[in-house]
Amino acid sequence: MTYEKRLDGRKFDELRPMEAKVGVIPNAKGSASFKSGKTWAIAAVYGPKEVFPRFLSNPKRGLLRCHYTMMPFSGSGERIRPGNSRRSQEIAMVMTKALEPVIDLSEFPNSVVDIYIELPQTDAGTRCAAICAASMALAHAGIPMKDMVCAVGVGKADDKVLLDLTYKEEQISQFNEASKGQPATDIPVAMIHNTKEVTLLQLDGEISKEDVMKSLELAKKGVDEIYKVQKQALLDFYQGGNQNE
Amino acid sequence: MNKQTVLDLAAQGKRIDNRAFDEYRSPINIQTDISWTAEGSVRVQIGETVVMAGVKLSLEKPYNDTPNEGGMMVNVELTPLSSSRYESGPPSIKAIEMARVIDRGIREAGAIDVKKLCVKPGEKAWFVIVDVVTINDAGNMFDSIGLAVLAALKDARFPEVDEETGSVNYKKKTDVSLPILREPISITVYKVNGQLLVDPIVEEEDVYEARLTVATDKDGVVSAMQKGGNGPLTLEEIEKMVSIALEKAKMLREKLD
Amino acid sequence: MSEILVKQRDIVIPGQALAKGMDCLPGENTYRDSETIYAGVLGLASISGRVIKLTPLSGPYIPRVGDKIIGRIKDIAMSGWRIQTNTAYNAMLNVKDATNRFIKRDEDLSQILGIGEYAIVQITKVTSQKLIDLTMKEHGLRKIHGGRIVEINSHKVPRVIGKKASMISLIREHTGCDITVGQNGLIWIKGTSEGELLAHEAIKLIEKKSHQEGLTDKIQTFLESKSGKKTQKVNVVSAPVKTSAPVEKKAPETQVSNESTPKEGGKQ
Repeated sequence: MTYEKRLDGRKFDELRPMEAKVGVIPNAKGSASFKSGKTWAIAAVYGPKEVFPRFLSNPKRGLLRCHYTMMPFSGSGERIRPGNSRRSQEIAMVMTKALEPVIDLSEFPNSVVDIYIELPQTDAGTRCAAICAASMALAHAGIPMKDMVCAVGVGKADDKVLLDLTYKEEQISQFNEASKGQPATDIPVAMIHNTKEVTLLQLDGEISKEDVMKSLELAKKGVDEIYKVQKQALLDFYQGGNQNE
Repeated sequence: MNKQTVLDLAAQGKRIDNRAFDEYRSPINIQTDISWTAEGSVRVQIGETVVMAGVKLSLEKPYNDTPNEGGMMVNVELTPLSSSRYESGPPSIKAIEMARVIDRGIREAGAIDVKKLCVKPGEKAWFVIVDVVTINDAGNMFDSIGLAVLAALKDARFPEVDEETGSVNYKKKTDVSLPILREPISITVYKVNGQLLVDPIVEEEDVYEARLTVATDKDGVVSAMQKGGNGPLTLEEIEKMVSIALEKAKMLREKLD
Repeated sequence: MSEILVKQRDIVIPGQALAKGMDCLPGENTYRDSETIYAGVLGLASISGRVIKLTPLSGPYIPRVGDKIIGRIKDIAMSGWRIQTNTAYNAMLNVKDATNRFIKRDEDLSQILGIGEYAIVQITKVTSQKLIDLTMKEHGLRKIHGGRIVEINSHKVPRVIGKKASMISLIREHTGCDITVGQNGLIWIKGTSEGELLAHEAIKLIEKKSHQEGLTDKIQTFLESKSGKKTQKVNVVSAPVKTSAPVEKKAPETQVSNESTPKEGGKQ
């Protein structure tokens, strides 16, 4: 017995429905909202501005700094105590590394661009949704960037390589007896859209090398679809409903 | 610059965005059930100010001095996402004041029947925490937060509890609402250069002398008040401010229902 | 053979392919990777012969020597004032560059420019580390008071001014306000409170629709509907500009004199 049909009816290479919007926070220089299924991330970009603490300052170019926060009511179980957890600090760090390769802050030495991410609700793929939102917010802010960064979770549940796992799928061994207690493998990936170069890659589970490579191929497909959604959201901001008066 | 202009205009009976002193911005939007992970949630928008609030319930042992009661708490996160004026880190005194003022308006007003939150005296009771997260701060956080907390509490439903283990199943909601007795709405009236106004934008908040937050319910009962700001208020001004608050609470209440 | 993939004034996003082939040349805010030219920012495409460049739709203000800007006094030091310029950088206005009159050693500098006050100043120097030197000695530079300050994205400043100052004149006429546009995106408006609010709204509308065509007409319609005044149809004669994207960094005269009919011979 194998994982024949996905819990939510999707095909194995199908993304969850996405919703993206740009310009959701007027106070910020750039902002965006990105929803993938039930995971929702809101990003705001502030800066370039003076760096504090000063010692972080780089005289050659500006810094990028991400801040990641799950709202206290965004976890699928109990309330999440506000404050910086180790997990959110690590996610903030890998997010920054995922976005840095496309950003050019050479014109802004000794400054920092801060990206704040808040998530009102989550269902796996949080760091990926955060990166997708942050990418749009940076573009909206007019930061020089050579390409968009798109991120999605790929992996393996039971015996199938899948695109865009939900929380339930990550926990598949608890739901599907046939999986024989084998944990799902969750692989968040971020890629630069044109070149498909990987800027974020994490993995945990049990998976063969072949399946890892299969998963990454699948991620490429996800990236192309996400890019379309990001592009539409950015264009809609300038051409869409809010322009008609 | 704009600060001086706000003061000068106030003296002339005007506001920098041409609104009347008792006029709220539009749109005023209240969208409930915006977060599937929260037991109750809402997005509130007043003009360009946006906040989100979510309710989380948990089963805990009651406090020793109130073995027959559950509890409630309001927490406010003034996020750097919502304004360049806020920083990451532990809550500032501003956030703490806001949370406590709104909390007082709801909890001490007996808005929630904490006795009905008790499941097993001395052993188990429901504790309600409302978290408000700011999304865009364009002024008047007090009223936005107050409205959000009330709307979120009304939207909340108890999660299922496993009969045998007694543990909460957050993934399944019942259709039982929280035991809400009263619905206080907070209105904050600001005094700017001698003039009393509501729904300030950021420039007006920067120059106010005093403010009074008044929570009232639909019968006109005042359940909480808090004065803020460096300047004093005369009794006459206070009376006027309470009247204004009653009037505006009525308007917001209509939006809520 | 080369192929241009976008049209004039198309909105493009970072990483979008703009042209294929070696005949095309990557202009500002674009880059080439092997045979394709890509967008390096969110912007409006501008095609001029074989050069493709992008005008950013937003982005930080980049300070340039000669820019007239509006700054806010942040701090007072021994040698002058530290001014906030809407950049991440420190900008100094030295006492000797502030005014032509002699300032005594122990004179209280806050009497000349106090913290929180605003001034129209000009950038005289930008170091490699982006430290900025300012002057307030040239014609038109001074402390300002009264009125209100509106902030827009600095990239929209040319649109607010318009070709041959057409847009800014339109706003002045309808609102009766004095308007000074700083290159850093700060704009000072002074007039009646209704006039100031109308000018504020018009400027915000320009910022929102800056990428659209026929903007001057749209703004004229908006102003007429609000002010009830009808003005001459603004005839914008297309000056022989190099590009059609309204992006000249050295924009026309940003200064406004205090006369009510501002006819500045701005440079184009």
